[in-house]
Amino acid sequence: MIQIFFYLTFALYGCATAAYLVYLLRTTSQVGMWANRLVTVGFATHMLSTIHRFSSSGYLPITNLHESLSFFALTIVGSFILFERKYKVTILGAFIIPVALLMVISSSVFPSAIRELNPALKSNWIWIHTIMAFISYAMFTIASGAAVIYLIQQHFLKKKRLGALFQKLPSLNTLDDISYRCLTIGFPLLTIAIITGAIWAEKAWGTYWSWDPKETWSLITWFIFAALLHSRLTTGWRGKRASLLTIAGFLVMLFTFIGVSLWLPGLHAYK
Amino acid sequence: MNIIVVGLSHKTATVEIREKVAFSPNQMQKPLAELVGLDGIIEGVIVSTCNRVEIYATTRDIAGGTARIKRFLADYHRIPLESLDQHLYTHHSENAIRHVFRVASSLDSMVVGEPQILGQIKTSYGYAAEYKSSGIILNRFLHKAFSVAKRVRTETKIASSAVSVAFAAVELAKKILGDLSDKTVMLIGAGEMCELAAKHFLNSGARGVMVTNRTFERAEKLAEEFGGEAVRFEELFTHLHRADIVLSSTGAPHCIIGPKDAEEVVRRRRFKPMFFIDIAVPRDIDPKVDDVENAYLFTVDHLQEIVQANLAQRSLEAEKAEEIINQEIGQFYKWLSTLEVTPTIVALRTRFDEIRRGELEKTVSGWKDLPPDAEKRLEALTMAMMNKLLHAPTAVLKKAGQGGRVDLYVDALRQLFELESLQNDDRELELEE
Repeated sequence: MIQIFFYLTFALYGCATAAYLVYLLRTTSQVGMWANRLVTVGFATHMLSTIHRFSSSGYLPITNLHESLSFFALTIVGSFILFERKYKVTILGAFIIPVALLMVISSSVFPSAIRELNPALKSNWIWIHTIMAFISYAMFTIASGAAVIYLIQQHFLKKKRLGALFQKLPSLNTLDDISYRCLTIGFPLLTIAIITGAIWAEKAWGTYWSWDPKETWSLITWFIFAALLHSRLTTGWRGKRASLLTIAGFLVMLFTFIGVSLWLPGLHAYK
Repeated sequence: MNIIVVGLSHKTATVEIREKVAFSPNQMQKPLAELVGLDGIIEGVIVSTCNRVEIYATTRDIAGGTARIKRFLADYHRIPLESLDQHLYTHHSENAIRHVFRVASSLDSMVVGEPQILGQIKTSYGYAAEYKSSGIILNRFLHKAFSVAKRVRTETKIASSAVSVAFAAVELAKKILGDLSDKTVMLIGAGEMCELAAKHFLNSGARGVMVTNRTFERAEKLAEEFGGEAVRFEELFTHLHRADIVLSSTGAPHCIIGPKDAEEVVRRRRFKPMFFIDIAVPRDIDPKVDDVENAYLFTVDHLQEIVQANLAQRSLEAEKAEEIINQEIGQFYKWLSTLEVTPTIVALRTRFDEIRRGELEKTVSGWKDLPPDAEKRLEALTMAMMNKLLHAPTAVLKKAGQGGRVDLYVDALRQLFELESLQNDDRELELEE
């Protein structure tokens, strides 16, 4: 029973992914509309599933990989829905929702049993630290989705191959707007997450910074996006190389999130 | 009843001829009144655009009606019919319906799929409705044409792509720069295509135009025309970074913008994308400019390729559109055919009954010592004869009406029994509508 919303979400994201891919390759706007509806309903069941888990365990469900991946997917889908509404970029779903689906699939691979909470995590700091981190991750995911489409469009323009796909994908300008908006939201949130994390570490472990692998990699992610934002603000830097750096930042972030937890032992590893 | 079309278009007449027979939109009352005043013409609509002048009418007499409309067109515009006739085309019945459906769906336009024609026909129909020159048949006919055009528009992609170089440039600019309302166009040199493209950009909402030319007076003149700003040719590079779209067509023998210039300009623009269109031969803009990040260079050949691809797409879509039109013609023609069955039957009965009553009256009034029930019996006898006589023709006519080929029977009956009074019924039907 506890899992029913989770499986429902799983199915809805699966259908939405299929619908977005059909929408990407075929020329019907109806499919796009349905994909948006599916993903909205999927988000609602995902939310219910998360709330359900929260109420039965009593803690924010981000304490193991099963919970974290699911929570990550939730923030990605939520952010996508907001951006889709604002920029009317249904097609972005074909690049973002499969990522969310993948997260939900990998999430189901990891053990989902509710366990006794690690005493270090019993703190109100967990709320602000992790929610900020997750939202910033979602923003960087959306930004790199837009960056991938930017590279595709730019490739079409330079090669003068202006077919149906080119017509369907958004304009360079819109993609740049989305990336920049994500960056300006995501970067401050990541900064807050790192600072609150340090404060919390001082309270829990007695030291602000212990060069734990997660901390180190977070800092690398932070530097990449800081460089990107800095060039944008000072010289207006954008385009192909900026898109590539956005994608690189996203990959480092993904490693920070999953790789570090899986392969590098440390304080942040999900045990 | 038949629908006829008499007209001329860009396919049959030059602009000089079309101008002469065009009707002024503010003064449609007079020609419409004259049109329906013509002998044998029951309803009429006049469509007059810069590419076509056409008259749609209903009549019982196809040949006579067509001839009178031709004469009307010539006389109204004071042109000898002999010189006008060679440019006119005429259609009737099914072909007339097909023609109007095709025109409304923009299949007969100079640029197939262009959207204006439907609005122009709607306006023309509006005048006809206002001055009551259209009636039940043309009302229904044109509303059908509008719905066919809408179907063609939504079910095919006939109007979804740019088919002129200038339009292709605008569409492409939107894909690079997004909304054009805060974008500036720079015109380097002059030339018809360049100016046309600049106009398209302004119509699509571009904020402003800068114009430069080797002769500054020429630049000033053009800038004034567009409500833009003239720039001295020597100062091109001090202003170029303000332009989002660059249209170049000078007669220069060598390139005037190289990759180094483009790099510099893009940097000054804070790396905002820039769209270069090179219309000149030999080229004004070095092809290597396209390698510069955030600079996108297209030549007129590239744009032409887009147009060709779109045109090919359109002709595929036009086939689909013709199919839709064929379906709709069948439906409308059936309606048009059955429209006349009932009034014809009524008229036929009325005619027979008139004769019967007349003869009965004559017989009875001249008959002395009439037996008491004789009048009743005679009445019954004549009624029975009339009903028997009319039974078969009525049944055949109703059946023909369902089959869709009723006009032969209706015309035959009309002539055999001189049912001219039917025109009154048409008027009544018009009022009902």
